[in-house]
Amino acid sequence: MSVTEQEKKYIEEIVEAKFKELMSGRKRRMAIIASKGTLDMAYPPLILATTAAAMDIECSIFFTFYGLDIINKNKNKNLQVPSLANPAMPVPMPNIIGALPGMTAMATMMMKSWMAKVNVPSITDLLNIAVETGVKMIGCQMTMDVMGTKKEDLIDGIEVAGAAAYLEYAAEADITLFV
Amino acid sequence: MEKRGNKPDEVLDCRKLSCPVPVLKTKHAISKLEIGGILEVICTDPGSVKDIPAWAKQSGQELLEIVHEDSHYEFFIKKIK
Repeated sequence: MSVTEQEKKYIEEIVEAKFKELMSGRKRRMAIIASKGTLDMAYPPLILATTAAAMDIECSIFFTFYGLDIINKNKNKNLQVPSLANPAMPVPMPNIIGALPGMTAMATMMMKSWMAKVNVPSITDLLNIAVETGVKMIGCQMTMDVMGTKKEDLIDGIEVAGAAAYLEYAAEADITLFV
Repeated sequence: MEKRGNKPDEVLDCRKLSCPVPVLKTKHAISKLEIGGILEVICTDPGSVKDIPAWAKQSGQELLEIVHEDSHYEFFIKKIK
């Protein structure tokens, strides 16, 4: 059976119209993995997720490994900035000094004071906004088992799931990020 | 730049706030307006010059005007939907 040019054009038109119809009813989507538990790496996923929510982009963050600390209510107020092996520190610090006791606390204190100066919201503020604006936040079940973290240790509004649940969401996403 | 005389229904002061707060507050303020209403957002964050237009484009609102003052920026946004 051969298809004439006219029929081919007709089929293409129908397919294109159907595609547009399906796409127009669908919200754009972003899927982020947050895998780091330092203060500096807690910001990017939360800033992007809350901004996405403000831009009508559906968003989910999957918190895994050290990233789980961001949603751990016992730990997320004490996230630190590493002073060691961080050549980008605004005050350059040789590793031998960065390794001294108390240097991580000092680097964290400095970072927090700089952030306060320019009114950067705190991690807690951003988490509250994320929950309010409907950002889907997922805690990694496997990490929780490894670290001995219980569901009660996590902030309210968290789902607990595994890799397949993240991938199911990410497979339909327009933007995927690993932080 | 001379003002085109947009009369805002609401004014949102985001002075001294940094990314992403002005965008989040703008979204919140716009959601409370009636369709056709105009929101004025005042920002000092230099990043907002790119961020607010990007937000407006993505969320389907109309950015009427950006006024660059010496000390701040003013954005006039009309609620479309």
